[in-house]
Amino acid sequence: MNFPAELKYAQTDEWVRVENGIAIVGISDYAQDALGDVVYFEFSVEAGDQVKAGGQLGQVDSAKASSEVILPVSGVVTEINEAVSDNAEIINNDPYGEAWLVKIKMDNPAELENLLTAEAYQAYRLG
Amino acid sequence: MFTPHTPKDVEVMLKTIGIEKVEDLFTEIPEKYRFPELKLPLGLTEMEAAEELESIANANGSTKTLLNFIGAGAYDHYVPAVVDMLLRRGEFYTAYTPYQPEISQGTLQAIFEYQSLICELTGMDVANASHYDGATAAAEAVILAYHHFKGKRTKFLLSRAVNPQYREVVRTYMRGNQAVSILGDDPETGIDASMDKLIAQIDAETGLVMVQYPDFFGRVIDYKPLIEAAHNAGALVAVAVNPTALGILTPPGEIGADIVFGEGQPLGIPLSFGGPYLGIFAVTNDLLRKISGRLVGETVDNAGRLAYVLTLTAREQHIRREKASSNICTNQGLMALASTIYLSLLGKKGFEAVSNLCYQKAHYAAAQISAIQGYKQVFSETPFFHEFVIRSPQPAAHLLEDLRAYDILGGYDLSKDYPELDNCLLIAVTEKIAKEDIDLLHDALIEVTHD
Repeated sequence: MNFPAELKYAQTDEWVRVENGIAIVGISDYAQDALGDVVYFEFSVEAGDQVKAGGQLGQVDSAKASSEVILPVSGVVTEINEAVSDNAEIINNDPYGEAWLVKIKMDNPAELENLLTAEAYQAYRLG
Repeated sequence: MFTPHTPKDVEVMLKTIGIEKVEDLFTEIPEKYRFPELKLPLGLTEMEAAEELESIANANGSTKTLLNFIGAGAYDHYVPAVVDMLLRRGEFYTAYTPYQPEISQGTLQAIFEYQSLICELTGMDVANASHYDGATAAAEAVILAYHHFKGKRTKFLLSRAVNPQYREVVRTYMRGNQAVSILGDDPETGIDASMDKLIAQIDAETGLVMVQYPDFFGRVIDYKPLIEAAHNAGALVAVAVNPTALGILTPPGEIGADIVFGEGQPLGIPLSFGGPYLGIFAVTNDLLRKISGRLVGETVDNAGRLAYVLTLTAREQHIRREKASSNICTNQGLMALASTIYLSLLGKKGFEAVSNLCYQKAHYAAAQISAIQGYKQVFSETPFFHEFVIRSPQPAAHLLEDLRAYDILGGYDLSKDYPELDNCLLIAVTEKIAKEDIDLLHDALIEVTHD
């Protein structure tokens, strides 16, 4: 199971990568593995939305479960990844790459401090 | 087997809880209420009770003895005997989707066939395993649209020509949601076949526009302009259908409907007060994940054999819990089966023939009745299916009462729901009505009018 060191993680299993003040958000390898075969992803936000950390980003359905994906940071949604709506299986195949979910122009980059390092998240999930 | 407690059982139980006699259990109840005198009649034997109940039941009128022209959402079609015969087989005789669904392959296959038939009939991509009736299906259409737009579109337009009961049930379902407004069916917007005033109300806040096809007055309206206007505004369109009419009409799926629903009762289910009836519900592929209720899919098992499963269950409330768009996960399995048998039995040609007979007979009736002095067909400029509106020279309620003397149920009094249609009668004609029956109604109308 993969926990890339350069990412930040939420306890609710989302990851964040920061590029030029933009937070790119997805769900972790651990999360996709726990869900099993992902069959559907539905966004609760759209580009242009002002969003708050802790709000709902979307809903991910696997063959056996349906889970909420939570926004790890606040800001304005600049882009959502339509490729995931069209073909949710990519969440299983490439959770840190092709299956990024949203890009957010952060209001308050200090919120990143509330997230876990790769090491801390791995310890939290795998003990 | 029913095994009552023996005196010894009772004694043991009383002893265990530390009281002497059964009456001691009721000491909390004030004594004067404990053993009230019930003044019940003496007991009857089974034979006597059956006789009495039958005589009470016989006081009801029914379409077996009365000539029936009432439709207004439920229709008196002939139900072939085979429908009931197959329906009552032990393997099928339950209204429930089984809790361990995959062990009941026959039930699942029947639902799958039902869904396939409804898709073909409506021209839609996906049908669910059914809802309770047309009215609750209407409410599910509004709920679907509300969730589709994530609560961001809060205006829902219902045509005034949608069955008044459907509109009432939609309002009941949505009553708890203060943000939602149900509009479009006020007398000001009206019932004009052009739909102009309804179309004018479609805007960026509108989540759904609901129309009926044929509408409550039996009219067949071309909804293409309305559907185009709704889609231009980003709204969904739900079309309530009478499935019988789809035997000869263009299915709504072919003119761009997003949701097609309706009352499935005309498909082999007898008229009965309070049901059980059948809620048909079908959507486009785009809305597949938003549809409530059960969905049965066809697949193969691990040995490559054809098999049926409940599918896409993650959208349902037993998995998604409070996030589910609807709490409905049951269906009218037995009624869905009845309609499946009915449609299979009639086949494409037979079903089209029933539809056509209804159409032709209704048109003969409309021509005959509107030829009577003082009687006029309302909306005569709009095409209609098997139901039409007649304005009579006297209040419809009086007329209907007078027709009862001829053992005729003459139609539905529209003035109750539509004050603008005073003296108006909604008359339905199905394939069960013979030409002679129509002539009988015609003659009776002349007699009661010249009284």
